[in-house]
Amino acid sequence: MAYQWNWYIFLQPASAKDSYLDWLLSGMLTTLQMGCLAWVIAFCLGSLLGVMRTIPNRAVSFLAELYVEIFRNIPLIVQLFMWYYLVPKLMPQEFRTWLFALPPASTSFYTATIGLGLFTAARVCEQVRAGVDVISSGLKNASLSLGLSICQSYQYVLLPITYRTILPPMTSEMLSIFKNSSIASTIGVIDLFTRARQLNEYTAHGYESFIAVILCYLIINTGVMLLMSQVERALRLPGTEGRV
Amino acid sequence: MLGLEFEFLNGGIFSALVHGMWISLEVAGVALAVGLIWGTVLALLRLSTYKTLSFLSALYVNFFRSIPLAMVLLCFYLIVPQLLNSLFSNAQKMDTRLMSALVGFALFESAYYSEIMRAGIKSVPAGQVYAGRALGLSSLQVLQNIVLPQAFRNMLPLLLTQLIVLFQDTSLVYVISLADFFTSAEGIGERDGRIEEMMCIAGLVYLIICFAASKLVDNLAAKSREKAI
Repeated sequence: MAYQWNWYIFLQPASAKDSYLDWLLSGMLTTLQMGCLAWVIAFCLGSLLGVMRTIPNRAVSFLAELYVEIFRNIPLIVQLFMWYYLVPKLMPQEFRTWLFALPPASTSFYTATIGLGLFTAARVCEQVRAGVDVISSGLKNASLSLGLSICQSYQYVLLPITYRTILPPMTSEMLSIFKNSSIASTIGVIDLFTRARQLNEYTAHGYESFIAVILCYLIINTGVMLLMSQVERALRLPGTEGRV
Repeated sequence: MLGLEFEFLNGGIFSALVHGMWISLEVAGVALAVGLIWGTVLALLRLSTYKTLSFLSALYVNFFRSIPLAMVLLCFYLIVPQLLNSLFSNAQKMDTRLMSALVGFALFESAYYSEIMRAGIKSVPAGQVYAGRALGLSSLQVLQNIVLPQAFRNMLPLLLTQLIVLFQDTSLVYVISLADFFTSAEGIGERDGRIEEMMCIAGLVYLIICFAASKLVDNLAAKSREKAI
């Protein structure tokens, strides 16, 4: 029997007020929200860890290295399960009462966002460290000999250069944060990936559902790439045009 | 300790976990083998002078790199068997879970391996190819005896690092409920109401394996750099 293609399936009502298209869009919105929030966490914490790994203090850089090794060597799905099941158990009773009084989808959204952010922070840290490492030591020494403190030399000299040189790898980290967010569906976040399963089950039109969801992921990816190429053009270090 | 108790562990759980780890390793192994070969072919196509082949290879790689692995696995689990079923009538009888995980993983990881191999092939200086051709070797012989061995050696640390990532990613077969190490651990945790403890164990096992493996790769990379100097 030949397969009956029916793209109008998305316009049919899925519940009292939503159509299947609304499901798809709300899933995309959740994926975008989670990716963006987690990116904020990852960027801030990752930068801090990256700085910690490069300053001349053994203890501090060891701490940052420990963080990176732990968060890089445990699969994301295990980490998310830990954030969802294990961490609330170790928290005080009041916190647990508050967390589980939230709607179930929000509880998992918050825990997954934190988990995803902290996981990506380890990877951002490595990028920042690599960026600081490639800056010639002359620049570091020059800034210190001009009387800047270590803190100031990072703020005014090292980090501004680092961020601009590591933009391409940061773009790919950003792309993977949106892809990785699909794993959050395993702890109950209703994101694009969950919607793919639901659409497949409810509409019984697997091909259309999966093609639509894959298209959504491609749109997100393309959006991030276009955005980052604009950022890259705006922030390009003068004198490095044409260098790859 | 911390309200966690590990007394419920017994031999049955242990053997289930070992069996799960075996499945994880099997998926990772097959994905590595197919990924390396198919990835190398994709990289060669990408670098070939035929515009169409190079375009198709780029399309394949970029497509797989822009969708999540979980999505690929689910597609191969739910959609591809349907498709096969409409082509061959007896496809439904096969155990699709492991098969679809293996195929999905292999095709997905090939995209990543192809990017590494492309960088590796490009890292071999063009002079080597010209020298090989000048000595009378055919293009295929140059590729087989000169370019690819050097590309593999240059990229060995990266290929191994990708293998560690791949091993961690095998835990994603959870979405199609194939009983790998993680899925077994999670299932046992759900059954016994010991999900927290089982997640601790799973995390620890992955941490130890991947940490040890990444240190080995670091050592190897350091050694090969010494040799190069």
